[in-house]
Amino acid sequence: MQKLLLLGAEAIAQGAIDGGMSGVYAYPGTPSTEITEYVQHNKLAGERKIHSQWSANEKTAMESSLGMSYAGKRTMVCMKHVGLNVAADVFINAAITGVNGGMLVTVADDPSMHSSQNEQDSRFYAKFAMIPVLEPADQQEAYDMAYYGFQLSEQFNVPVMIRITTRIAHSRAAVAQKPLQPENKISLPTDLKQFILLPAIARRRYKGLLSSQESFEISSEESKYNKYIDGADKSMGIIACGIAYNYLMENYPDGNLPYPVIKLSQYPMPRKMVNKLAKETKSLLILEEGYPIIEEMLKGYLEKENVKGRLDGTLPRDGELNATLVAKALGFNVPEVGTVPAIVANRPPAMCAGCGHIDAYNALNEALAVYGKGRVFADIGCYTLGALEPYEAINSCVDMGASITMAKGAADAGLVPAVAVIGDSTFTHSGMTGLLDAIQEGTPITVMISDNFTTAMTGGQCSHAYGKIEDICKGLGVNPDHIRVFTPLKKNHDEMVKIMKEELEYNGVSVIIPRRECIQTMGRKKREDAAAN
Amino acid sequence: MKIDIILAGVGGQGILSIAACIGMASIEEQLHMKQAEVHGMSQRGGAVQSHLRISDKPVASDLIPEGNAELIISVEPMESLRYIPFLKNNGWIVTNVKPFINIPNYPEYEALMAEINARKNVIAIDADEIAKQLKSPRSSNMVMLGAASPFIEMPFEAIEKGVREIFGRKGDEVVNKNLEALHAGRDFAQKIMNA
Ligand SMILES: Cc1ncc(C[n+]2csc(CCOP(=O)(O)OP(=O)(O)O)c2C)c(N)n1
Repeated sequence: MQKLLLLGAEAIAQGAIDGGMSGVYAYPGTPSTEITEYVQHNKLAGERKIHSQWSANEKTAMESSLGMSYAGKRTMVCMKHVGLNVAADVFINAAITGVNGGMLVTVADDPSMHSSQNEQDSRFYAKFAMIPVLEPADQQEAYDMAYYGFQLSEQFNVPVMIRITTRIAHSRAAVAQKPLQPENKISLPTDLKQFILLPAIARRRYKGLLSSQESFEISSEESKYNKYIDGADKSMGIIACGIAYNYLMENYPDGNLPYPVIKLSQYPMPRKMVNKLAKETKSLLILEEGYPIIEEMLKGYLEKENVKGRLDGTLPRDGELNATLVAKALGFNVPEVGTVPAIVANRPPAMCAGCGHIDAYNALNEALAVYGKGRVFADIGCYTLGALEPYEAINSCVDMGASITMAKGAADAGLVPAVAVIGDSTFTHSGMTGLLDAIQEGTPITVMISDNFTTAMTGGQCSHAYGKIEDICKGLGVNPDHIRVFTPLKKNHDEMVKIMKEELEYNGVSVIIPRRECIQTMGRKKREDAAAN
Repeated sequence: MKIDIILAGVGGQGILSIAACIGMASIEEQLHMKQAEVHGMSQRGGAVQSHLRISDKPVASDLIPEGNAELIISVEPMESLRYIPFLKNNGWIVTNVKPFINIPNYPEYEALMAEINARKNVIAIDADEIAKQLKSPRSSNMVMLGAASPFIEMPFEAIEKGVREIFGRKGDEVVNKNLEALHAGRDFAQKIMNA
């Protein structure tokens, strides 16, 4: 069969389709978005009617996925690392309910924070939930792990995590496909109480999860993804996790690595394998893309000096790994390289020319001028770029939904007026419940929902808020007189400022909605229409 | 053989079309390849790059190690300098000279070009102008690929085939325009190399 040239994210999608998946559930988030988009555009997935529509947020996505598993079918839920925080409740509990149809939880971490607020390592979550993790080293493993992952999940009766990082998600390589598996037939769990986590049942199931840990470990020992590769030089043993294995091998182009190595791609950590390595070598070097989770386990409280990695400065404590950093850790002399000439200016991302968020911010800055700076709690999306010059229009960006609730808390403290700025997609992701809190108490906040009809930052996915924002606000209890809609355009500047000033003075919850289509999605539609004609 | 290429530009300039053509060519040639791309926040007008690694042996790292790239192809002049730490000592820079100015502190143009031209192995080409003269302004990236092609250790026919494959869906006219642009870029570079 001809090989496919796929991003790591796409390889996971193709592997899951070929492995008999009946539905993927997700909310977009870099670097995970391309998994779901691949399923949405895949022909076979269309023919099989594999579910692939976006969910409102990561929690609703994972719960739907668990529901599909309950009904006996194979399913995957995908998110970026911070999305797992949103879905953490169902995630931890799904390890206790267990599954019926195989369930994969695919999480894409973003070390170095290319497009994220933090670089948390999802392997910690999996350890917390006590479920197995598969961490591919390359695109082929990404495919294979999604393909086989369903079996593993069904065999052990728990969700299985696939953990990837930005580099593998967004790097393309050739991938060989495996034979297409049939989908599972619909079937109920044999025990109809399995998913009822009442204390009596939860205790029993939790004990079951605890006693499964040994079999998870045996599976790691025997896994084809974990390899013990012996070497003659026993002065050091190396454990290379996931993609870090590639950065290691990059330093040995002929493949002649002198040290014994464990290529680690399935967790929990295979204890016997690691013990053998520790016994046979004088020191250990741990290479992990992410937090030093394995290193900390091995180094422990006793700070064993012969364990090296991110904690002792052999490697940087934060950020992505690369072959050069690993070369230095191995003690190689790294050749001098050229430097970036001083004339090169930074080019950070910015809002696009003609973007409606810009006009809204220009008006907001003017309307707020009399009150002084420091009152705008923003959220996550393209409009977060309003933090940068020349706008410097916002004062916070923490997690999705936090704009409205932080504005509420600040208003409770007496910072009035306080403004929340949130995008349409973020509003339905997790802004609505916070708005309900404010309405419940009549907190004087001004909520600006900057509506561009799409989830722009992640590439223009559909927004669940489309056409519903006023109705949602009214339904939650916002006084309709204080829901103000306008078109953010330069020519409407004075009108916008006037509306904003009025609502900033209102002693209650007001919602202002600048509404104009994202110019990126508009341009794309125009191009598609032109191509179709 | 092995060739490591950094593709550079600004989010929205479409550097991945160049990567896709070379990638397709390397598959034609039965070579191994990995191509790391930038998706996400930087696509909003920020600096973007792609690491393209091609070899007759399996490629380990998705990222090119510093000091290893044979070639930087940049569709924007300032961006051609941003990735110099990745370039080999005797590596080549092939860059478009048309600036993309979306920041207030973009350097003075003459000084920027002087900095670029002071480097030893440089092909600086006005790809936009050449594409315009060919009445195919959207093919400037293929002019760039053509200008870089003498430094890509692969039969030129394979690259042509890559271009055909990538643009094939859009019809013969688009394919031919892009091939024309490819040739124009190649001719330009070869003239400079032979001078
Ligand atoms: C929990 C979580 N999920 C997903 C993301 C990724 N993400 C960042 S911004 C964004 C979309 C925001 O869309 P919207 O609020 O409509 O604003 P726009 O970008 O369209 O201006 C997403 C999905 C995230 N940062 N956190």
